[in-house]
Amino acid sequence: MSKSLNIALLGNPNTGKTSLFNSLTGLSQKVGNYPGVTVEKKEGVCKLDRTTKGYFIDLPGTYSINSSSIDESIVVELLLNKNNKDYPDLALVIADVENLKRNLLLFTQIKDLGIPTILVINMADQMKRKGISLDIPILEQMLETKIALVSTRENTGLDELKKLILNYRIISNKPLVQINSIDKKYFENLENAFPGQLLYKLWLIITQDANFGAIQRTLISDISKFQTKSKSEIKRLQQKETIKRYQFINSVLKKGLQIDKASATDFRSKLDRVLIHKFWGYLIFFSILMIIFQSIFSWSEVPMDFIDNCFNYLSSVTSNNLPSGVFTDLLSQGIIPGLGGIVIFIPQIAFLFLFLSILEETGYMSRVVFLMDRGLRRFGLSGKSIIPLISGTACAIPAIMSTRNIESWKERLITILVTPFTTCSARLPVYAILIALVIPDGYFLGFSYKGLMLMFLYLIGFLMALGIAWILTTTLSIHSKSYFVIELPNYKIPLIKNVALTVWEKTKSFVEGAGKIILAISILLWILASYGPGENFNQAENIIQKKYPELAEKEIELKTNSFKLENSYVGVLGRSIEPIITPLGYDWKIGIAIITSFAAREVFVGTLATIYSVQNDDNDTIKNKMASEIRKDGKLLFNLASGTSLMIFYAFAMQCMSTLAVVKKETNSWKWPLGQLFFMTILAYFISFLTYQILS
Amino acid sequence: MIPLSQLKFGENACIESIEIDKIPLKLIEMGCLPGNFITIIQKAPFDDPLYLKVDETHLAIRKETAKFIFVKLIK
Repeated sequence: MSKSLNIALLGNPNTGKTSLFNSLTGLSQKVGNYPGVTVEKKEGVCKLDRTTKGYFIDLPGTYSINSSSIDESIVVELLLNKNNKDYPDLALVIADVENLKRNLLLFTQIKDLGIPTILVINMADQMKRKGISLDIPILEQMLETKIALVSTRENTGLDELKKLILNYRIISNKPLVQINSIDKKYFENLENAFPGQLLYKLWLIITQDANFGAIQRTLISDISKFQTKSKSEIKRLQQKETIKRYQFINSVLKKGLQIDKASATDFRSKLDRVLIHKFWGYLIFFSILMIIFQSIFSWSEVPMDFIDNCFNYLSSVTSNNLPSGVFTDLLSQGIIPGLGGIVIFIPQIAFLFLFLSILEETGYMSRVVFLMDRGLRRFGLSGKSIIPLISGTACAIPAIMSTRNIESWKERLITILVTPFTTCSARLPVYAILIALVIPDGYFLGFSYKGLMLMFLYLIGFLMALGIAWILTTTLSIHSKSYFVIELPNYKIPLIKNVALTVWEKTKSFVEGAGKIILAISILLWILASYGPGENFNQAENIIQKKYPELAEKEIELKTNSFKLENSYVGVLGRSIEPIITPLGYDWKIGIAIITSFAAREVFVGTLATIYSVQNDDNDTIKNKMASEIRKDGKLLFNLASGTSLMIFYAFAMQCMSTLAVVKKETNSWKWPLGQLFFMTILAYFISFLTYQILS
Repeated sequence: MIPLSQLKFGENACIESIEIDKIPLKLIEMGCLPGNFITIIQKAPFDDPLYLKVDETHLAIRKETAKFIFVKLIK
């Protein structure tokens, strides 16, 4: 018979909670240093001994059970609801050995809920260096718990922790702090009204603005009578409670903790002096960004060319060796070029995620929040908006979810609305190929024109985000309390394992997600491009031969193919929208690519790859095919004016269905995502129009 | 007794009182409580936000919040 235990992992942000979760369950997951990275529910299984399985839930990092964000309220909702299938048999509170006092606040709260709670003290490897010594037996006795000393960095203490988990029944579930001592009379009334209920639990139901729908409904309606106290009075009691808890914690630590300040080295203050310096801090930040964008572009050039050539080779091998027919054509002209259009961008995307996860892991991101708060506030944003704005360079979806720890609703809403302007990795494929086509070679102050153009595109995305934020903050009349608190954690050397896992997972999910869409669209496109209605399509060869009787066979074939494509289903569709996009410098093929890439921007390149393969089956690279496209007036289709106009269009247009879906979810209304779609498309059209007209 | 927003870089102080209705509970729970020691480690340009060390915690708050925390200088 195998048994199972539900175990909740709790702890302050930056305590290594997620690292511990990874070590225990072996499930790969993102570990960040920015407070609040864990936003989704994360579960994992670990075999504790031969017969017992532990089901771990990694709960969002929180400083206290009193929630101040949606993520944090998940914690109190789960711990108060015994009917929840995930209700824990026991809880692990993970604490950072350097911040024991503050970490114990959460510990006392969880323990007072009557849940058997084990204290896990992490970063035990740091104790000697920081001059910290702990008297574990004294701490265990005073906190009425069992303590595990672990180091997720060095993977020590996990076996002892598993043993403690298996013996969790010996841990007392008596409260540590008597909640009724903060207001005797109030709690006496409460106790009389709800005999047999845990007072601290009642107190949390009264004070927390969380969704307790699943808890006994009668309890909730009865308890509303006790919310007679004004908000201010309740807060005073909460302060009193916090003081009581700290008094208790101080008395415990006085006996169980010793810090020898002399042996503590202060690495962080030295680094902070430079990294958040009024001048150097900003210079370093912008230099880091600059280096990141330059290296994304230059480092990935070689692997990208390699991948491009591989796919062309694959295409030609398929078409030469498989028996000719519809299926072979579909494979060599539709699916392989379409997929090649996404695989080629793996190097760039992997580099981007690599840099982002290093910035997060080291603790540098929080410093950037500090540096940027004042500046961003002028635009109606919070310093914390810098995280979505920067991580939006990877993908807007996680970026929009990471706005949840912005305290003010107005600042948060504006951040959500402007985040899609930041240049996400899906735009990279579009930019990369267009820059390669239309921006000349050459150097300015040691930076290549191509790299500078890419930087410029990132910059205008960011500036547009700020500009629109400023307009929104002056026009939207939403009143919400605004405050700003952020912890600046210790600097850490990133764990290679964590960074590698993040890069691997994010790149994989990007390729899988985009791959599915692109595969479907490639097939559909190939069909629409290979068949057409009416005489023009079916009699294409005869028509062309009659029209140009003097041409050689090879030329005739080329002309026939492009005439066929123009009269295929996709051609008819594309030409019908051509009048709208001609003023921007695009032809109908680009128009089709814009339409298909509404699903996701990166589809653009795959679409063009498929269209050009159908038109001209000579297995050249996508880039060369695009470079040889000629407009009706005989000029190159992709020139500086049309190429730049196209890049500008992609910089501002809302070409991503998944982002719209996540905005709907986070704002709980269709009003905002639809407004975004409408407004951003018009803006993109207008600015691209100007760009093309000025440059051409 | 002066508001924290007027505390200078490098000065050590002790929290005397806080205006509870203006201070988020989160800040109180992170250690902004009367009796705790507080130092300003760094100020961003225009002295806002402030990078503090309260008790053992390093955190940043805006000046508008710091106005409601009152401290006494320790010589």
